[in-house]
Amino acid sequence: MARIIVVTSGKGGVGKTTTSAAISMGLAKKGHKTVVIDFDVGLRNLDLIMGCERRVVYDIINVINEEASLNQALIKDKNCNLLSILPASQTRNKDALTQEGVGKILEELSKEFKYIVCDSPAGIEQGAHLAMYFADDAFIVTNPEVSSVRDSDRILGLLSSKSQRAEKNEEPIKEYLILTRYAPERVKSGEMLSLDDVQDILSLDLLGVIPESKSVLTASNSGNPVILDEKSDAGQAYGDIVARYLGETRPHRFIEGKKGLFRKLFGGG
Amino acid sequence: MSLLDYFRTSKTSSASLAKERLQILVAYERSSTNQPPYLPQLQQELLIVIQKYVNVNCDAMTIKLEQNDNQETLELNIVLPDFRRV
Repeated sequence: MARIIVVTSGKGGVGKTTTSAAISMGLAKKGHKTVVIDFDVGLRNLDLIMGCERRVVYDIINVINEEASLNQALIKDKNCNLLSILPASQTRNKDALTQEGVGKILEELSKEFKYIVCDSPAGIEQGAHLAMYFADDAFIVTNPEVSSVRDSDRILGLLSSKSQRAEKNEEPIKEYLILTRYAPERVKSGEMLSLDDVQDILSLDLLGVIPESKSVLTASNSGNPVILDEKSDAGQAYGDIVARYLGETRPHRFIEGKKGLFRKLFGGG
Repeated sequence: MSLLDYFRTSKTSSASLAKERLQILVAYERSSTNQPPYLPQLQQELLIVIQKYVNVNCDAMTIKLEQNDNQETLELNIVLPDFRRV
């Protein structure tokens, strides 16, 4: 039986797709057969971040409408053969996603894969609803910024009331926090909400903090998930997140900023 | 306390302002998303009745519905004006 993970946030532009690409690649690299699904029908982007945009033939809507089989629509990743991508449709309306259709796809994928990562669209409409509906675990991607934290809180409310687990009165979805675009220097100078500030409001299990990093843009430019850039801080931070999710203990390396020479000499921070 | 701290400004940081605003907002939104849909209307109508007899502000009333295992409690809190000072 597969574990279904939804990567969600409510707010757009906080790093859901970057995170989905990174953790699915990380899980596959650790030897687990993984599939990542783009639920953003009409605005698909996961294919670009994964670097498989030119190999998309069929998409999730084709599978739901039985115009293609699941195996025809799945794209094998170029970097890791244990990873597959199910792209969203670029042209059709979001309403083409149905609960029954998505449920069937997930059931079929569950037979073959260990982890199913659902990349949710922004907002709280049908696509976002169905991305989270069948989930076992939720990765809440949040920026240390007021609107993002507020939207995350809203999403937490929906996870606990509008999911299959909630409706069937089963054990609730396990919720984890991934705090992205974190700038320790700005936190220190009081310009940015700290991890503790965010946790005071959301109080979730922390999977990890992703530092604000140039490597994220470089990775998306080339279509390689940032976790493959093992020299970069963001790549390492995602590596730690995958390891923690799989039960390893890793120290949090990116909550405190690097100390400069000046700080080392004079202390503080 | 280090040498650097002496040069730091002591005025309220924008992050602490952000946190304060968020805490208020989130507390309000959490309570309002869990309430039944008729509650705002009920509050409005109750207020109109009370205002017939006592001069209270619109924000002088809070209404809260709590659910326990086998009962629901409707808590109504009205702050009456201070007569001694009027």
